[in-house]
Amino acid sequence: MSGFDYLDLLSLLAPETILVVASLAVLVVDLGFMRAQPLPARWLAGGVVTGLGGLLAILWLVNVQVQANVAEGILVVDALTQLVKTVLVAMLLFTAAISLRATFTEQVGEYFCLLTLATVGMMFMVSSEDVLMIFVALELTSLSLYILTAFNQQNRAPAEAGLKYFLFGGMAAAFTLFGLSLVYGLTEATNLRDIAAQLHGKTLDPLFTVALVMVVMGFGFKIAAVPFHLWAPDAYQGAPTPSAALIASGSKVASFFVFAKVMALGFAGAEGSGAGRQFAPGWVPVLATLSVASMLLGNLAAIAQTSVKRLLAYSAIAHAGYMLLGLLAMSDPARRADGMAALVYYATTYGLTTIGAFGVVGVVERNGGETLEHFAGLSRRSPLAAVCLMVFLLSLAGIPPLAGFFGKFYLFTAAAGAGAGSLGLIWLVILAIAMSAVSLYYYLQVLKRAFVAPLPEGVPPFAASPIESLALGALALAVIVLGALPMLLLGALVEAVKTVGF
Amino acid sequence: MSNLPFITLLTLLPLVGGGVLIAFGRVQAAQARRLALGVSAGALALVLAMMIMFEPGSGVLQFVQRLDWVPALGVQYFVGADGLGLLMLLLTALVVPMAVLASNRITERAHLYFALVLFLEAGLFGTFTAQNFFHWFLFWELSLVPAFFLIKLWGGPERGPAATQFFIYTMVGSVAMLLSFLAIFLATGQFNFPELAELSRQGRLGASLASKLTWAGLSPETVRFLVFGGVFLGLAVKVPVMPFHTWLPTAYAEAPTPVTMLLTGVMSKMGVYGFLRILVPLFPAELRALMTPLLVLAVLTIVAGAAAAFAQRDLKRMLAYSSINHLGYCLLGIFAVVKFTANTPALVTEKAAVLNGVLLQMFNHGLTAATLFGFVGLLEQRSGGRRGLDDFGGLRMVAPVFAGLMGIAVFASLGLPGLNGFVGEFLIFKGAFPLATWATAVAALGLLITAVFLLTLLQRVFQGPLNPQWAQFPDLSTRERWLFGPAVALMFVVGVGPQILIRLFNATALHWVTRLLS
Amino acid sequence: MLAWTIYLSFLGAGLLTLLPRNRAAAARWLALLTALAGLAAAVAGTVQFPGGAGATTLIKTRWIPPLHIQYFLAADGISVTLVLLTGIAAVAGILFSWNIEHRAKEFFAFYLALIGGVYGVFLSFDLFLLFVFYEIAIIPKYFIIAIWGSTRREYGAMKLALYSFVGSAMVLVGMIAAYVVAGHLTGRYTFDLTALAQVHFPAGFQRWAFPLVFVGFGILAGLWPFHTWAPTGHVAAPTAASMLLAGVVMKLGAYGCLRVAMTLFPAGVMMWRTEIAALAVIGIVYGAMVALVQRDFKFVIGYSSVSHMGFVLLGLMTLNQIGLDGAVLQMFSHGILAGLLFAVVGRMVYDRTHTRDLGELETMGLSHALPFAAATFVLAALASMGLPGFSGFVAELQVLIGAWSAFPTAGVCAGIGIVIGVAYLLRAVQRAFFAEGAEKPGKAAAPELPPISWPERLGAGLLLLASLVVGLYPQVLLNLIAPSVTSLLETMRKGGAL
Repeated sequence: MSGFDYLDLLSLLAPETILVVASLAVLVVDLGFMRAQPLPARWLAGGVVTGLGGLLAILWLVNVQVQANVAEGILVVDALTQLVKTVLVAMLLFTAAISLRATFTEQVGEYFCLLTLATVGMMFMVSSEDVLMIFVALELTSLSLYILTAFNQQNRAPAEAGLKYFLFGGMAAAFTLFGLSLVYGLTEATNLRDIAAQLHGKTLDPLFTVALVMVVMGFGFKIAAVPFHLWAPDAYQGAPTPSAALIASGSKVASFFVFAKVMALGFAGAEGSGAGRQFAPGWVPVLATLSVASMLLGNLAAIAQTSVKRLLAYSAIAHAGYMLLGLLAMSDPARRADGMAALVYYATTYGLTTIGAFGVVGVVERNGGETLEHFAGLSRRSPLAAVCLMVFLLSLAGIPPLAGFFGKFYLFTAAAGAGAGSLGLIWLVILAIAMSAVSLYYYLQVLKRAFVAPLPEGVPPFAASPIESLALGALALAVIVLGALPMLLLGALVEAVKTVGF
Repeated sequence: MSNLPFITLLTLLPLVGGGVLIAFGRVQAAQARRLALGVSAGALALVLAMMIMFEPGSGVLQFVQRLDWVPALGVQYFVGADGLGLLMLLLTALVVPMAVLASNRITERAHLYFALVLFLEAGLFGTFTAQNFFHWFLFWELSLVPAFFLIKLWGGPERGPAATQFFIYTMVGSVAMLLSFLAIFLATGQFNFPELAELSRQGRLGASLASKLTWAGLSPETVRFLVFGGVFLGLAVKVPVMPFHTWLPTAYAEAPTPVTMLLTGVMSKMGVYGFLRILVPLFPAELRALMTPLLVLAVLTIVAGAAAAFAQRDLKRMLAYSSINHLGYCLLGIFAVVKFTANTPALVTEKAAVLNGVLLQMFNHGLTAATLFGFVGLLEQRSGGRRGLDDFGGLRMVAPVFAGLMGIAVFASLGLPGLNGFVGEFLIFKGAFPLATWATAVAALGLLITAVFLLTLLQRVFQGPLNPQWAQFPDLSTRERWLFGPAVALMFVVGVGPQILIRLFNATALHWVTRLLS
Repeated sequence: MLAWTIYLSFLGAGLLTLLPRNRAAAARWLALLTALAGLAAAVAGTVQFPGGAGATTLIKTRWIPPLHIQYFLAADGISVTLVLLTGIAAVAGILFSWNIEHRAKEFFAFYLALIGGVYGVFLSFDLFLLFVFYEIAIIPKYFIIAIWGSTRREYGAMKLALYSFVGSAMVLVGMIAAYVVAGHLTGRYTFDLTALAQVHFPAGFQRWAFPLVFVGFGILAGLWPFHTWAPTGHVAAPTAASMLLAGVVMKLGAYGCLRVAMTLFPAGVMMWRTEIAALAVIGIVYGAMVALVQRDFKFVIGYSSVSHMGFVLLGLMTLNQIGLDGAVLQMFSHGILAGLLFAVVGRMVYDRTHTRDLGELETMGLSHALPFAAATFVLAALASMGLPGFSGFVAELQVLIGAWSAFPTAGVCAGIGIVIGVAYLLRAVQRAFFAEGAEKPGKAAAPELPPISWPERLGAGLLLLASLVVGLYPQVLLNLIAPSVTSLLETMRKGGAL
């Protein structure tokens, strides 16, 4: 590309570069110097290097304000993408923090490298408005995540989970690519805004409908929405806890963000309507169906679970349903900014909460197991872990003054307001609120074990590393603070969304 | 001196006394009794002082105090005493010390017992002086509670059901009355009795009720009658008017005798007082409209009460039914007076005379019945709990003073001329006869039956051969003579010179007849 | 000053979590001091309250601008009355929980968090903030009942939590809908209650929005037939929680009904008024009748709460000055009296005799063994029956007057409810304390029961005094309540009510 300054490009991509360097550095450090050290030391070293890289990246993201659009949307850098990238790197850091006492593998360097590369993939995904680039980044992320899922070679379940994830993901990717190629065929454009311009004014033809559905399938798989969710429970349960945490947090944030962009920017004009009595074909009714199905299945299936990780998986499916509401809000141009802000806010806080929840589950797993019975009497074994767990689960349930409540509230208000005050989507909001009420039941089941159930006999004392405790405490605090003072995040978010011109 | 808030002091005194007794916990029974006696004597002194300061010539309220209490609800602390009120205060102040003196057998939890008696006295003082419905209802209900516990905790074997029945019956009536008064308040915005009476006199009460309360298509007359019915029910249960009387015999029989003295002596007057203070001034038209059924009820009360008394074997039950009968005369008098609206001077004097008779009867019956029950209580104590009509016999041979004094009291209850009972009944019958002839005639039956069973009582208990069981029957002790002697003396005094009482309330009666019943 | 009630409570809760375990005494005293401080703040706030119509703003700052949410605390006469109630009930509850040893500090921490949430609801004038505090109160309730409760505590706790959550879910829907519609109508998006009260929502919208929000709050207020969580929950809960649940938390629901549902949707009130009044009256009579046949002492009081709350709801539906005055006063009065009744049943009797079955209690001669408890319960029962001189009488009087002018048949049914109330309370008094069977076998047969401790006496005295003061001189509260009710009615009239 002529007139292109690679130095400029590098400076635009500085955070990603830093992280790639860090991932390589971790490999070098671990394979080169730490081979002989005991496992905890190796984990610590890897974590430190990753942490340094992440911190540097965050510092750059926060302090350097750039705005650029390279190669017609292949790389878009603006306030919003920088913000989302900051969130993603923060999630990487927390995931690294909760993995420091892991014992599921000896290949520490590789693990951190993959974690970081997955994050890089997500960052690329986020800062692109070209479908080709989006797909490439999507694949980078997914491949890393597949391997991360199957990382534990000590038993069969992780391998099975990883394989399922891979096969499913591969097929989904195929469908996505096919759909995107159809879109290209119809519009001769790969940039999202160009696609929208081409579709504008045209009636919805069958081929486009097929393309739309396929694209939705692909992204639906990524966000674990029903009926593309079948990989999720096994993957969450079988994967090592930090991997599951990253899948549930960072991947969700990035995927939803891109999904939102594709739908709202790329397929603008093809929304259709999902309002109560004014059904019109388009991507809105499709997503509304996905949302309803996810919320219903996710919440109802979670009630029956005895494995906490599986419970969190079904809860993730349900939350995907809630987050789709934010996407649906973006169908109304007047509500687009609100919808995007609500979506990103919710995904961020949800991600942080989930990392925290998986962190606690990981600690409890190390000290016994991760079924409901192993949580009995947690509040007496480790008050800090129990309190953090309470904060995380109640935030997931949507209890104020925690972040999850405000996130849900913002989502619901944005969705209810879509459609020029006609309350068209109110039926969906009502369902979402009802399902939230149902979710309180199964979260309370876990908390009941932790706080109410008596301490079982002969239970060994609890062990959690200081960094882990610190990380969990910090996350819990963040959830509380973001719930009480959401403007801390929301202010910057709303500003960014406005400057981007949603 | 006349600026002292007499009524407030009078009401507070027993309250404080009762509170002191409760607060100081377990004291000796004798000490508790002495304290209660002191307090009630103090109350009696206050009432006597009020009587001295009272202006007999005016028929309006005196010793009035009026303060805003809950302006939003038209509730005022509004107290005052006219002739009727003062009479009732006097009765209460006399009967309570009698009851206290008769309570020498109460030893268990005595402090609580006497505290409750004092609270009851306060409740009675409050009821008889209240001029605002809220205040009146407060004390009306408040007097229920000590009575309930007095029966429940120190009564006879069936005291549980007796107390419950008493409480619930009266409560149901109270609720009905409350609902009616709330309707009145809604219509007039007024809770004060004098103001309401004035409204009624001007004929505006009925109109307000009709206009402000449009309910479910009921006609204005029906609404007025419903409201009237509620108030009537509440008061009728208390008097009691037959057939709302079924709580009374059991309650009187099961209560410890001093409590029965209070119940029959004073509490039963609350109902009649309510008729005079509330029902008659506010609803004369409705009373007139329902005159015949009301007279029937009054006559029923008189005759059936006497007949039932005649059939009893238990002395307390007999006297209980006799109480019902005696109060029936008051009702007869009241209804007869309300019946006629014309106000020629002759008619005015007639009606005033009847009302004087009613008031006098209230006082007399209170005194007499309390004394009689006191005597029966003595019989019970000395015989180890027996109080059947046939359990005794020929007691005058071993206890002549007892027989003499009780005999006088019985004759007073009978209505022997020269004793107090006669005057009231005479005035009522004389005045009522021209106003409600047939009712009065039938009611005279009551007099007859009363005479029969009371004489039977005297005969069976005191005359005849001495029942060998009671050969050692002690006569009245000094303390008991001091208790019953003055009471019986008072019966003579009032019987021979009823003017000392009548002068108190004659003006009030006239005032009513001329202003309220015209 | 009033806002400090909220902050102090949460501060106290936070401090309690930092206490080392097994320091039950320290936990108790800290909790008591916090509650007393809260009560002092409430009283000081009341004294400083300028009165008059309209709300006095305590603090109003921007909180979440994108959603036009403000941190808006204010108080009018109704809020102040209920804050006072909370203060008194909180202190009494702690006094009656003085004997808790098992995990004491957690208990008091949850308790204070609950109190803080309740204070917050009564002082919030931003709908979002009100909802936040309303929900904050749910979780501590769950844990208090599940950990320290008695009969079927886990079931009772879960039922209560879920019912409350469903109720608040309904409110949330209505709230969001109101925000959206109001913004669309006026162009101004806000959650400010006073601003939203001025908006004329379309009639069709109010037709479903009002019952949704009213029933949502009504669930917590014990609206029949959504009341079934209440008896189970009250019985399962430990004494202090029952006192709070019946005394204060049910008032949260009623307050929400008044402050949110009725103020925002006055036309909706008119559409559903008769139905809700009917439900309220059914609640009064049904609660009383079911209480009459209970064998478990606590269930009697639990159902009695449902019956008394019916009075509140009936008063709300009268839509006149006196009826609403009475409803708010009844909220205060029943809060105090329910607390007292549960305290006697739970703390004084059950903790000592370990039975709540009236049949067993009959044999124990409790009026001899526990005279203070007997006397307290008698007074509380009389007050609850509506005996003049106590707060219940004035409140019920006003509700009845209000009902007379609006729904005469309801007034009569309510009167019947009062009579049944006399019956079941008398039955409970008789069987629990004054049963015949135990009197004669004598005091030798009465079990040796520990005497009533001084915290219990203090608590009982505090509650009785409150009820007496208000009963004898109701102006002290009516002066606060009446102007606020007048201005509320004005707002509602402008919005189409009556």
